[in-house]
Amino acid sequence: MQLRVQKLKSGFALIGVFIGVSFLIGAWSIVNGVNAYMTDKFAGTLVGVNTFHLRKRPNFTPNVTDSTWRAWARRPRITFEDANAVSAAMDLPVLTAWWSEDRGDVQYGLKKVSQVSLNGATTQYFDIRNIKIEEGRPFTTQEDKAGVSVVVLGHDLSDRLFEGVDPLGKYIHVKGLPYRVIGIAERRGNLFGISLDKFVVAPALSPIQREVNPPGVIDALMVKANSEPEMRQAMEEAEAVMRSRRHLRPRQDDNFALETSEGVLDFWGKIERILMIFGPGLVLISLVVGGIVIMNIMLMAVAERTREIGIRKSLGARRRDILRQFLAESVTIAVIGAALGIGAGICISILLNVATPLPATVAPSSIMLGIVVGGGVGVVAGVYPAMRAARLDPIAALRQE
Amino acid sequence: MSRPQEFRTGDTPLPDIVILTHKLAREYDMGSEVVRALRGVDLQIRRNEYVAVMGPSGSGKSTLMNLIGCLDTPTAGEYWLNGQKVSDLADDDLARIRNKEIGFVFQTFNLLPRATALHNVELPLIYAGLASRERRDKAAQALTRVGLGDRMDHKPNELSGGQRQRVAIARALVNNPSILLADEPTGNLDSTTSQEIMQVFGDLHRQGQTVVMVTHEADIAAHAARVVTLRDGLIATDQLKAA
Repeated sequence: MQLRVQKLKSGFALIGVFIGVSFLIGAWSIVNGVNAYMTDKFAGTLVGVNTFHLRKRPNFTPNVTDSTWRAWARRPRITFEDANAVSAAMDLPVLTAWWSEDRGDVQYGLKKVSQVSLNGATTQYFDIRNIKIEEGRPFTTQEDKAGVSVVVLGHDLSDRLFEGVDPLGKYIHVKGLPYRVIGIAERRGNLFGISLDKFVVAPALSPIQREVNPPGVIDALMVKANSEPEMRQAMEEAEAVMRSRRHLRPRQDDNFALETSEGVLDFWGKIERILMIFGPGLVLISLVVGGIVIMNIMLMAVAERTREIGIRKSLGARRRDILRQFLAESVTIAVIGAALGIGAGICISILLNVATPLPATVAPSSIMLGIVVGGGVGVVAGVYPAMRAARLDPIAALRQE
Repeated sequence: MSRPQEFRTGDTPLPDIVILTHKLAREYDMGSEVVRALRGVDLQIRRNEYVAVMGPSGSGKSTLMNLIGCLDTPTAGEYWLNGQKVSDLADDDLARIRNKEIGFVFQTFNLLPRATALHNVELPLIYAGLASRERRDKAAQALTRVGLGDRMDHKPNELSGGQRQRVAIARALVNNPSILLADEPTGNLDSTTSQEIMQVFGDLHRQGQTVVMVTHEADIAAHAARVVTLRDGLIATDQLKAA
């Protein structure tokens, strides 16, 4: 009854819990979404399923100390010979591809696109990366071996260079050298807002090799197995081959890296752990603030309604009746705030789904937690004011104007 | 009506004595000095008596009223209400006594302003733990008894002073209390309305209700059958009016 009358004050109290709970639901769904995104898309896109990369050093490396970094920098690069030796040693049916990448300008006539991903790769790169060709064809093994100057373009790049022109058969220039366009890849969307369709892929031995790496060197050898256990086995084989090629003694560490999508997820795991520490902290702060607001509103309500409390006591209300009444009010405020917060949290999550690539989802457990936490705040914040109300002396309370 | 018998500590009151105080005292510690509001009041009120308590301000009548109403506890002496010694009961037990045994009527009505007449009358029944349907029926009955059967859904500010006091009386009666305890019940009413309210009190008394009324107005006190006058925390006079 009182809540409806004191709309404004109840509203203010509500906001505190509202913010806390909407943040709780929102943050939780973001973390969930990012988690799903990282597992399904990010890791899959950057490294690939059942795929490992043989590299000089890991590509996704959070929190590396300077000394580690310097040690990595001193490592020898992966050479053509390394790649060939590892590929040759594979007993299992695997796909392998060389891969080097840099960024640079691509020109067609007078049009120029900057910051394009320039890739030098071998034929199976398309299969490993799961890049489908929409128009034209990928390059052949012959073109690959001979290092012919042909390219496959990403969809975005093709759209930007060739507006209304059929790109197939046209020549584009990468760092001044011409390449014939033979294929356009299917659209792959974007990752964290970065287009995955702004790339060129040319044969690893084509002139692009001089743009992306020093002679005889590649960034990575990609190896894709049919299953996770097979990938593990292939990794062991690759490690053995590389160790023998590098003449490493048993106690020496590898001076190369075998990176899987797990490695990438490790990196995400660290970020997630940080979020899981700070997220609840922020939620806690807003709930504490909300609780303090509710407590103050309730103290005000008790002060304003002293006479009412006196009347109720004179009519036979026991301490626990008064206590229950005020607790019920503060819990009601808090739970309404929590319910609105859950609504807002769900809205945030839906908005994220629509506006960003994150598949944000609201976990049912977070809704439950929101209600429980909201109610809990109401109880905690309400206990002190309610106790003050319950302990009022009926005579003094009745005398209050 | 004969004088009640002498009461000594350790006795229990006779069954027809609703209110019995024995050497009832209440002191207030005001820090530098102790104010002795009541200095040992011996008072016995029988069932179905109509008693007015009078006295100038500072005579202790409000303190006596609070003690009789179980809103306060004495510093010394005994208070028996309806055969039960209530002077040493704890807070929640006193609340139960107030709920079951006492019906308050205040000078300022003390209705909840945002609740309807019906809900106001229901309040004591809520604290008595009655189910909502039973509460509604009883409250409606009580309002009808004071002539407000057609005003149940009105809020206090939609009622006249006399009507408000009738709502308060209905609320006081709804739990069938042992005593109706009125504190200056006509203090905020004009003389015509005051007469009406006194009429209601008279009717209730004739129907068997014990009424105790604190007032400083002699013409209001004149409606009572017995007038007790307090002075300086003691009973100065105790007069029965010839019927």
